[in-house]
Amino acid sequence: MIKRTLKHGLQTLRIASRALGRNKMRSFLTALGIIIGVGAVIAMVSIGEGAKRGIQDRFASMGTDLLFVSPGSQSARGVHGGWGSMTTLKEDDALAILRECPAVMYVSPSVSARAQTVYGNKNWNTSISGTGDRYPEVRNWEVELGAYFDEAMVKSAAKVCVLGADVKTNLFEDEDPVGKVIRIKKIPFKVLGVLKKRGESGGFGSRDDMITIPYTTAMRRLQGIDYIQSVDVRAVSTAALPQAVTQIQELLRNRHRIAPGAEDDFTVRNMSEIAETAAEATQMMTVLLGSIASISLLVGGIGIMNIMLVSVTERIREIGLRMAVGAREVDILLQFLTEAIVLSLMGGLIGIGFGIGASRLIKKIKMFSAFNTVVSLESVLLAFFFAAAIGIFFGFYPARKASRLDPIEALRYE
Amino acid sequence: MPGNVIELTDLTKTYCIGETEVNALRGVSYAIAEGEFLAVMGPSGSGKSTLMNILGCLDRPTSGEYILDGERVSTFDKNKLARVRNRKIGFVFQSFNLLARTTALENTELPLLYSAGNGQDVTERALASLAAVGLKDRAHHKTNQLSGGEQQRVAIARALLNNPTLILADEPTGNLDSKTSSEVMNIFKTLNEDKGMTILMVTHEPDIAAWARARIYLKDGLIIREERS
Repeated sequence: MIKRTLKHGLQTLRIASRALGRNKMRSFLTALGIIIGVGAVIAMVSIGEGAKRGIQDRFASMGTDLLFVSPGSQSARGVHGGWGSMTTLKEDDALAILRECPAVMYVSPSVSARAQTVYGNKNWNTSISGTGDRYPEVRNWEVELGAYFDEAMVKSAAKVCVLGADVKTNLFEDEDPVGKVIRIKKIPFKVLGVLKKRGESGGFGSRDDMITIPYTTAMRRLQGIDYIQSVDVRAVSTAALPQAVTQIQELLRNRHRIAPGAEDDFTVRNMSEIAETAAEATQMMTVLLGSIASISLLVGGIGIMNIMLVSVTERIREIGLRMAVGAREVDILLQFLTEAIVLSLMGGLIGIGFGIGASRLIKKIKMFSAFNTVVSLESVLLAFFFAAAIGIFFGFYPARKASRLDPIEALRYE
Repeated sequence: MPGNVIELTDLTKTYCIGETEVNALRGVSYAIAEGEFLAVMGPSGSGKSTLMNILGCLDRPTSGEYILDGERVSTFDKNKLARVRNRKIGFVFQSFNLLARTTALENTELPLLYSAGNGQDVTERALASLAAVGLKDRAHHKTNQLSGGEQQRVAIARALLNNPTLILADEPTGNLDSKTSSEVMNIFKTLNEDKGMTILMVTHEPDIAAWARARIYLKDGLIIREERS
């Protein structure tokens, strides 16, 4: 029984592909709608996936045992100042965290701003990050050339800096920058070293376009503020993260004299939370891009229905003949349905190739260099099965119409 | 005398065209013996097309009984009728009705697509069928590379494929010139005489009808005359 069904299925497939082969150009044009649709879905989703992967990589490269302490409550209602505008987090808080929380290994206070930097006749506008001396350890970021500033330099608010790879290229080109003096907001800073290149990720600009200086220098000499914007904290291990969070919370509540039951005036977040939030945002983007592209797949499906209807009308006599030589209604239905499905599956397969090609191309083209693209198996399978479903859905009506023809009238049709 | 392939008892067919009823057949009773070669004649509107459609199991009578090869096909549903058409009837049409851009062989094989089982010898059987109409060497020619007479011979080969009980030919020479008409009629004659095929042919040309062993004349839905040569 199964063997017979299989044989029958193969035969139907053969009839359908023969019928399609008889009209190659039209078959191709019909499938084109699906090709473009599937291709667009895969290419668009690959952009979204690429952004997501970029964010994940970015966070993963920083390590998972990382915590961020920032001023202001996470659940604050009403007017909430912009990030960094709160002044409640002080340098001493950061030092206390390192001193008094056993689950904390390193801290790096953070104060950042944008500024114009000048070296010789070149100038470059970049972001200036004030950090602690343990920044490379906290952020998992190696110094490639020279050295990072030490504790003494931080204490004395020394005018020293370490360059991100992009800044080094822009200001120094091939010159060795170590020991040279650059000007940040007209203040001379001695270059101590260059950070290792991290590369771009997921459309969020380069992470190498920045300069780090001691946070004390940033506070006192550049900004003239007595607070810090956040503290990067590295826990002793990933397992110790929850302990570190509790310890920091207790310590800061104590230091800030927050009454029991009152809200924190700071927020401790861990890396994975932030990563999740960011991933959610890109997931939204993926879904949006994917749904816009699916519309073209839908249009492709309507194209199939259109051509199948034309094809049924054109082949009324053929249908009549097939019925005369013994085709049952279900045979005709299956034949036309199979034709529609074969068309959309062929379109789907070519579309997958097309989509993968397009996403590779997007990666290569300079204009889109901010986009990384990742073709995921899920998106390929989804697009393919969606195409098949469209073939069945839009193929059914014309196929049914064909199968309901009266053989006598069909044979007489001119 | 061999048994009857077809037995018709008081067959009627009524169509409704809008409000008016048209009695296309008004009680036809007839029996066709195995190995018969019968021409059905009559003016247009005489009911011969309706009779052919019913005999070909493309349509069902309004009343009366149609027994084909011992089966009471007048009671069959659509799917069963399709099976009867596949196994027991070979159609030959006026306009050949071959699939375009398809080889003679593939056209001949067509009925086998709808019969269950025995797939291996499809090509063999189709070739044998083509040989019977003298077209074995043209098997791989496409429809548009064949002349009208050859196309009709492919259609006959297709009709022969499932070794049917009955061949139904509807104006088989209507689209052919007199020379090719004779060729085609010769094939029918050979099939009838040498292989004992039962053939039923609708025509309005007396010289074509003369090829048959017997002729019946229809008028207004009734058989009015029968003659035997």
